[in-house]
Amino acid sequence: MSTTTDTPQVLRPDRKKSRAGLNILGLAIALVMVFPVYWLVISALRPSREIRSYDQTLWPSSITFDNFVRAVDQPNFGTAVQSSLIVSLTAVVGGMIIATLAALAIGRFRFFGRKPLVLILILVQMLPPTAMLIPIYAQLNAMGGIDEYWSLIVVYLVSTLPFATIMIRGFVVNIPVELEESAMVDGCTRFGAFRRVILPLLAPGLAAASIFALVNAWNEYLFAYILINDNSKYTLNVWLMTFTSERGTDYGALMAASTMIALPVVIFFMFVQKKMAAGLTSGAVKG
Amino acid sequence: MTAADTKAAGPPVPVPRDPKADGSPLSDEGGNGPLKQKRKRKKGELLPYLLILPAIVAIAAVYLYPLAKTVIMSFQDMGRRELWTGDPAPWVGFDQFTNILGDSEFWWVTFRTVVFMAVCVSLTMGIGLLISLLMRRLSNWVRLVLTFCLIAAWAMPLMVAASIFRFMADSDYGLINTLIAKVVGEDWLGHNWYLDPIQGFAIITLLVVWGAIPFVVITLYAALTQVPQELEEAASLDGATSFGIFRYVTWPVIKPVFSMVSTLSVIWDFNVFGQIWLLRGSKPEPEYETLGLYSYSKAFESTSFSQGTAIALITVILLSAVAVYYLRQLMKTGEVE
Repeated sequence: MSTTTDTPQVLRPDRKKSRAGLNILGLAIALVMVFPVYWLVISALRPSREIRSYDQTLWPSSITFDNFVRAVDQPNFGTAVQSSLIVSLTAVVGGMIIATLAALAIGRFRFFGRKPLVLILILVQMLPPTAMLIPIYAQLNAMGGIDEYWSLIVVYLVSTLPFATIMIRGFVVNIPVELEESAMVDGCTRFGAFRRVILPLLAPGLAAASIFALVNAWNEYLFAYILINDNSKYTLNVWLMTFTSERGTDYGALMAASTMIALPVVIFFMFVQKKMAAGLTSGAVKG
Repeated sequence: MTAADTKAAGPPVPVPRDPKADGSPLSDEGGNGPLKQKRKRKKGELLPYLLILPAIVAIAAVYLYPLAKTVIMSFQDMGRRELWTGDPAPWVGFDQFTNILGDSEFWWVTFRTVVFMAVCVSLTMGIGLLISLLMRRLSNWVRLVLTFCLIAAWAMPLMVAASIFRFMADSDYGLINTLIAKVVGEDWLGHNWYLDPIQGFAIITLLVVWGAIPFVVITLYAALTQVPQELEEAASLDGATSFGIFRYVTWPVIKPVFSMVSTLSVIWDFNVFGQIWLLRGSKPEPEYETLGLYSYSKAFESTSFSQGTAIALITVILLSAVAVYYLRQLMKTGEVE
């Protein structure tokens, strides 16, 4: 978050003291918020006997990578990584192409039915997932799409469309039309103007939108759970459930696996969080 | 892109400059600049439709068609047999709805969903507002640390966050029990949080609120930076109490954003599914069912798909009031333009 706005400069003398108190409070809140993340990482790194203990300690006695080894050795780890990558990357690439075209239409042209379209884009995201789940399952079942990557890809691709379109549109409208026009005056075709002028300027927006879409596809589990029943095609999120069996949960390995799944997301998130917050309130709704 | 290609191949350089002829580019966001584009139906106007066509087809296929199917299925009786044989499901009129509405369990589930949503939203918005107000008065480095921690929490995938909380609230190896036992006494070791749905929902609420606060704080803080500092100082010099300053200076500025975020939270928390589902090991007990889970279990556990869609349809109707309110707010802020 930006640090540009500073706190009031007109400090009364007693403010200094209260500032220290507030800082401590702020740090305490930061600690509470980050604690589950800390617990995740630290549990992934501590020895198994400390995890299976009635006396949980806040610090590990020693650091070990055994949990990670067990997580990677869990059946289907490799195929789950592969499935997650195939499904989310394909969905994001396809989604971005369609979303960019739609965003250009909405952002650059004034045409009949534009406003209702934007409203539909916003509204469909508010539909409860279960309302979609049952008919989509029934339909894909009839079409033979159960246990197939393409069915997941289609669902993920389309579910990224509404917010990606609205988000990219926000970038499109900020590119002056004059740039495009002058490129066309200088001899570019309309497509040439798009490719040489608009696309480079749109790149940051596309990057942000695709990271957002990637994170969403990477994190999705409900449709993956319902549409994929074949163990060897599980995505990572569904694979995570295999750590819980009748005999209980292997928390150490579960935490290690979770850390591996969360790490790329956290890194990506750091890049786009600011645009994400803006995108969410400006109608690019995604829960 | 083919459309643009073939079209652009036609006219030699320089390309028509008349904005009316060629799909009339918008001049700025609101379109309230020089409105030179008097709509003239020429073939150039086809371009936006061609550009948006793939998106429309995709959304129609994955959102609108299933929605229509939800409505249709709700008036049929589709069970396991119809699903696998592909036989047309028999029409039953309003039977599904009369069954559901006559079932006291449905009303309990609805009540539970609404109460749970209300608790989650008030906690999220209340705590979120307090933290964002606090953030303005922190030193820069503390604010950076806090922001970093918020984003780290926000970035946790739902699956992962649920796993962490399941571990922390585990009856045998959970941190929460260990900590409580240290303070209260040994009998808390092995305490099962999910035997009593109230306690179980406390853990679920904790997970939901923890996951929602970062977005709320970051958004509200962004809104708070728009509050003119001079106004607050002036009010303070005029002797306003800090509550008075908040109520009459700060609040009016952030109110639109606050109500927008609250509306979103209402929708999200009404649809909470994953957190409960995952904390209860993907088989929630009936006492833990909210409307989404109730619909899911009717459809996939009892394989009465029509019951499931009918419940989902009722949920959609309940939520549509909130959605309309949200849209009106969006229209007011001009986001839809």
